[in-house]
Amino acid sequence: MAREQMTGSAMVIRALVDQGVDVVFGYPGGAVLPIYDALFEQNALRHILVRHEQGAVHAAEGYARSTGKVGVVLVTSGPGATNAVTGLTDALMDSIPVICLTGQVPTHLIGNDAFQEADTTGITRPCTKHNYLVKTIEDLPRVMHEAVYVATHGRPGPVVIDLPKDILQAKGDYVAPEKVEHRSYRPQVKAEPARLKQAVEMIAKAKKPLVYSGGGVINAGPKAAKLLKKFVHMTGVPCTNTLMGLGAFPATDPQFVGMLGMHGTYEANLAMYECDVMVAIGARFDDRITGKLDEFAPNSKKIHIDIDPSSINKNVMVDLPIVGDAGRVLADMIKLWERDERQIDQKALKAWWAKIDGWRGRDCLKYKQAGKVIKPQYAIERLYELTKDRDTYITTEVGQHQMWAAQFYKFNAPNRWMTSGGLGTMGYGFPAALGVQVAHPESLVIDIAGEASFLMNIQELSTIAQYNLPVKVFVVNNQWMGMVRQWQELLHGERYSESYMDSLPDFVKLAEAFGAVGILAEKPEELDDKIMEMIETPRPVIFDCRVDQMENCFPMIPSGAPHYQMLLGPNDKADKPISEEGMVLV
Amino acid sequence: MSPKETTIEQRIIAVLVDNEPGVLARVIGLFSGRGYNIESLTVSEVDPQKELSRITIVTSGTPMILEQIKAQLDRLVPIHSVSDLTMEGPFVERDLALIKVVCAGQKRVEALRIADIFRARVVDSGHKHFVFEIWGQAGKLNAFIELMRPLGLTDVSRTGIVAIARGPKGL
Repeated sequence: MAREQMTGSAMVIRALVDQGVDVVFGYPGGAVLPIYDALFEQNALRHILVRHEQGAVHAAEGYARSTGKVGVVLVTSGPGATNAVTGLTDALMDSIPVICLTGQVPTHLIGNDAFQEADTTGITRPCTKHNYLVKTIEDLPRVMHEAVYVATHGRPGPVVIDLPKDILQAKGDYVAPEKVEHRSYRPQVKAEPARLKQAVEMIAKAKKPLVYSGGGVINAGPKAAKLLKKFVHMTGVPCTNTLMGLGAFPATDPQFVGMLGMHGTYEANLAMYECDVMVAIGARFDDRITGKLDEFAPNSKKIHIDIDPSSINKNVMVDLPIVGDAGRVLADMIKLWERDERQIDQKALKAWWAKIDGWRGRDCLKYKQAGKVIKPQYAIERLYELTKDRDTYITTEVGQHQMWAAQFYKFNAPNRWMTSGGLGTMGYGFPAALGVQVAHPESLVIDIAGEASFLMNIQELSTIAQYNLPVKVFVVNNQWMGMVRQWQELLHGERYSESYMDSLPDFVKLAEAFGAVGILAEKPEELDDKIMEMIETPRPVIFDCRVDQMENCFPMIPSGAPHYQMLLGPNDKADKPISEEGMVLV
Repeated sequence: MSPKETTIEQRIIAVLVDNEPGVLARVIGLFSGRGYNIESLTVSEVDPQKELSRITIVTSGTPMILEQIKAQLDRLVPIHSVSDLTMEGPFVERDLALIKVVCAGQKRVEALRIADIFRARVVDSGHKHFVFEIWGQAGKLNAFIELMRPLGLTDVSRTGIVAIARGPKGL
């Protein structure tokens, strides 16, 4: 084992480089100055200076989700760390591997309410997968390597390493990473063979099977997505994806029934309701998916494949839990299926597809682009059509535009879609796009945004200007917090309390102020040309797309309602009032 | 299949953890953050060489919640093992209490007599007080404490339940 004397700061950088990290997103401050000093003296690690620590974490998330690698954040103590909390919680909810290095006051001052001191490990304990406070220089190399292992193994997540300034300045022996065998954390990746066999049998005997896959398949790597496609094709079953899982199965594949859940397709949700065998892979039965629990897929046998045992039987009791890595489990199931030459009853499957095709016939996503105003759905559909053959990455903020993007932008490959699913963080998409662009400098990176969300982390315009990151912000501008307005319309008697976005900036001028390009589109007929102009601009662009202000996002399952009570359009609300029980749900 | 299970069960869960700063906060934070019950919790280092501590938690909930508690505990990084002693077979549980009773005259005699029945030991005594030490199952301790109440009970300190599986198998 090679040992080398160096300072704590040098060790931090060396460990990151040894772990294959090539970029960090950060913001300096007093407690991390030694690390910034060490950064200054080297070229192996690139630093991207963000304009707010929340932006740093989202950028690292975008970087991680689009590459499959760990995203790294470097922030100072106190406010630096507390500003990172939203991003860390977001990464925890969506299982994104992130390492967040936080500065800390020197060890002898900890607990003294020193300047820029915060109990970072205390604050971040519930919003990280794990965290460390490094108290001796001897611990530092081990903690650095272990943190990367923890962040990237099992169900991925954010890990905070709190680094007191005196530790960063102390000298010690650096230990290079070996094969980390963690003392206690060893997630199960390979499933029990008996359960796999049982799963294959259950699927083979199904009359109305359905695969419901989520973000776990994306986290398991591109190979897992390929295996998912193979498995779905060889069995002939329909497949639906969660919001986080979009792209794991190709959206243009005939066996894809669309996204499911609150704003999922009619066919996906009714297939969930009526299926007799459900194969959940890397999905967690979130309340946006299940709707009313008592009436969730009531006649189905459920197989749940997940690497995190705590995801199983949390919201919904399943019949066959399988703990393991989505990719490994799919590979094993494919082998078993082929070996035993399994086949689902073709007659039943045909009838099941006929039923699904009937639901598809409702064309639940239909909208009408008429008149002089751009429909938001049309804007995203055109954006999709004009970018689908390019090397494109899409991020989103949170709200109506996010759901329209999920519905109308068709993802055929994993890691191309970055969105805040679990936490629903407005302000996620723009810094995430920044992170994606850093990882893929030649690709087209578009943040499909709402004007309200975009304003939440708009300071990062300065970052993309500094690094000339040609991120495109496609603002679906309806001058409302659209989803809030939609809920107020449907659930709160059209009392639009505080949801109107008054005093919006002139986005074109704003773009120019930051050295970016601003484009305004107001008419449907000019949309295509302007989108093309955006795509062909090799610089950052803010695209202000003025859309119909009153458009709502359908289909919609009102909170607390079962899958079959979907609202398919604006005329649907009158005869299906939302229950009191549903009103209290978020 | 219904998510609305209502039977509440009590469980004793033994958790082996790395004895590192913050580990207890992680466990307690998990319980408070997710709204689980803690009826008692004890912790002490049990293997100084390997730096392992053992936490014994008495908790209650529906079977679904109890399974969640175990799964959530098990995925905390510094946790080595989680055992549901109640479900995994016979086990021995002990609770220890130190009980201060301030009394005089006939009440002193009565206190000593009851202590004798419960096999409680006097570990400190003065003209006006006794401190009893009593251990056993929680129910026995509760009964003793109730009997001492009218005799001048002033202070109770209890360890909470510690437990271990019967038989040769370890955690």
